[in-house]
Amino acid sequence: MKRLLKGGRVVDPANGVDGDFDVLIDGDRIVRVEKNLPAGEGITVVSVPRGLVIVPGLIDMHVHLREPGQEHKETIATGAASAVAGGFTAVACMPNTTPVNDNAGITGFMLERASAAGLARVYPIGAVTRGSKGEQLADIGELHEAGCVAVSDDGHPVASALMMRRALEYTRMFDMPVIDHCEDPTLKADGVAHEGLQASTLGLRGIPGAAEEIMVARDVTLAGLTGGAVHIAHMSARGSLRAVREGKAQGFVVTCEVAPHHFTLTDEALAAPLKYDTNCKMNPPLRERADVEALVEGLADGSVDVIATDHAPHHADEKRVEFDRAPFGIVGLETCVPLTLDRLVHRGLISLARMVELLSVNPARILRRPGGSLAAGQIADITVLAPDQAVTIRAAALKSKSKNTPFDGWRLKGAPAITIVGGRTVFTNAAVAGAEAFA
Amino acid sequence: MTKSSSRTTTSAEADRPRDPQPAASTVPATHLRHRHLLGIADLTPEEILLILDTADAMKEIAARPIKKVPTLRGRTIVNLFFEPSTRTRTSFEVAEKRLSADTLNVAIATSSVVKGETLVDTALNLEAMAPDMIVLRHSSSGACDLLARICRSRIINAGDGMHEHPTQALLDAFTIRHHKGQLAGLKVAIVGDLLHSRVVRSNLLLLTKLGAEVWLCGPPTMIPPGMEQLGAHVTSRVEEAVEGADAVMLLRIQLERMQGGFFPSLREYFQVFGMTEARMRLAKPDAIVMHPGPMNRGVEIASEVADGPYSVILEQVANGVAVRMAVLYLLAGGIEDEAAA
Repeated sequence: MKRLLKGGRVVDPANGVDGDFDVLIDGDRIVRVEKNLPAGEGITVVSVPRGLVIVPGLIDMHVHLREPGQEHKETIATGAASAVAGGFTAVACMPNTTPVNDNAGITGFMLERASAAGLARVYPIGAVTRGSKGEQLADIGELHEAGCVAVSDDGHPVASALMMRRALEYTRMFDMPVIDHCEDPTLKADGVAHEGLQASTLGLRGIPGAAEEIMVARDVTLAGLTGGAVHIAHMSARGSLRAVREGKAQGFVVTCEVAPHHFTLTDEALAAPLKYDTNCKMNPPLRERADVEALVEGLADGSVDVIATDHAPHHADEKRVEFDRAPFGIVGLETCVPLTLDRLVHRGLISLARMVELLSVNPARILRRPGGSLAAGQIADITVLAPDQAVTIRAAALKSKSKNTPFDGWRLKGAPAITIVGGRTVFTNAAVAGAEAFA
Repeated sequence: MTKSSSRTTTSAEADRPRDPQPAASTVPATHLRHRHLLGIADLTPEEILLILDTADAMKEIAARPIKKVPTLRGRTIVNLFFEPSTRTRTSFEVAEKRLSADTLNVAIATSSVVKGETLVDTALNLEAMAPDMIVLRHSSSGACDLLARICRSRIINAGDGMHEHPTQALLDAFTIRHHKGQLAGLKVAIVGDLLHSRVVRSNLLLLTKLGAEVWLCGPPTMIPPGMEQLGAHVTSRVEEAVEGADAVMLLRIQLERMQGGFFPSLREYFQVFGMTEARMRLAKPDAIVMHPGPMNRGVEIASEVADGPYSVILEQVANGVAVRMAVLYLLAGGIEDEAAA
């Protein structure tokens, strides 16, 4: 089946494209992107409503889908539904399930579930170490063979420098990155909030930015030593960004990601509008103004490679407890596009093309996956954005099984309109005028 | 959370005459704006003065042969304590009984709750029995804020984690005011473990609101960041903190902090920070010494100082009852207003 998307703005930075183009899709492939492509026999013409923007499918390279083991929070099916509703055509899911994804059996199970759901592509990330315990390397070759796109012990750092060194060396033969959750466990200790005025005032145990910065500096150094590829997960502190820039300047294979909540909120959200809101508790914690400003600068100047959500669903009961007892994390798949458009693009801090690099081109490149491009012959994973759509975030309306978001009630400008995976429309935003034409 | 910042004048004012106070710059408060007492952070200076003035009246009750008034007859107050406490719990209980409230003490070891009922469920179960107020002590900062969001009862914070202990700060201020006449312009030194102390946070907020100069002193390992932004002077030289002070408040040093590397030994702590008679001589001649208890004699305070003529430590305990009676009374007044509305 051929479909011709006519009349939209196409932003495809991987191919230097930004302008009004038509997109011809045949089955699960992109045939060509050109001006004034003719409709023909057997071609369904979709007229793209004015104001919508066609971009390569967005990829969230850091999510927690909780299956197997914690299906009360999320399943691969509900997580995939949340992903496509957020405009993502693919997600990479962390291995901290129960049991941990440290073997081909679990990886295969995840891929089966994802295929059954038939929504977003799901790229499992395997564990670096067996059980993510940090003691012995997992069977990384087997994980790679089974379909893992990276390895990570996310939730925990790879605490031992020696183990991290070995992981970076070993993964070189599979050309896959090691994604590290950077935090010095002794400095983080039992902290629950960014160490600063807010934590002091609220009496919350602090986690200094240095807890992250020290581990990022170590990983950057080890990337230099080993030639391995290290990707810094959910970077939150300004000193971490300095270390990443330094590593890049040295030519080391270092990349990093920032989560929307870390470029949107500061630790002041712990005090207002809701004091001790457990939906503002995440790890790494919301940091202070200077950190947020540095991260935004990094997002704009290219030293930050990726926006990833760290989508971390938790059941309402688990969050309705004392702040220090609540689990870390918030859902993020369905708030990422509105926050990125509203907070970064519409404020003139980054261009739409840069947004596409952060959410599509670079994640595809780092994970060595198809996508991130609308070139002829590429897989037809396409997101259509409605940058001027006014949205009000409603936690209760999220497709994710969990509703733990601090953005409930936020009014933002910008939304995903359509999500197309392998040429198939898997999500249509009913609120966007004309979006039904893609169905 | 709460935006009800406007202080409205109600007819209830006329029903509660109060002693004229010397030249307060603003209109004296006649009631508390909030339903709960979660922290000093929520109180205006006028509300703090209202509580202290009311406590003056309550203190008089303790001097009577029959120490009981019918003010809270028919009111049910639950003392919900998730942390061991002798002083604060008994003080609240005495205050409640002197006001004729029906009191219920629920003490729950935090450890047994970990695997069982959540705080929210425990509170909702107690709520089902329709108490008017819940006095909550909990090891988690913000536990009182959490209950205030879900409970109909009025919540009184009897100490939440490292956050606030408002009635302690109020009784401290009451004690200082009793000796010094007022708080504005006084130098108050607070020495000890500032990091883990809810007492210091409430005291810093209260004392700065009433115009006192607050000096915080402790090892740099136990000073939380941002205290200067809250208006404190911060030093690790105890002599500097104590010099010329009108009041010196010591905080308990918990023995387990040594394992955390906060300081090397109790011996060294006493050498560097312990309040000795020699150090007290740096303070004003009429300075008072305070401690929220329980004391570690020979660690943060020398016995001679604890028992010395300037010590008001036991007065603090006595004043605690009056201050808590005042808080209970003022919050109960709000219950009447709500019922009438």
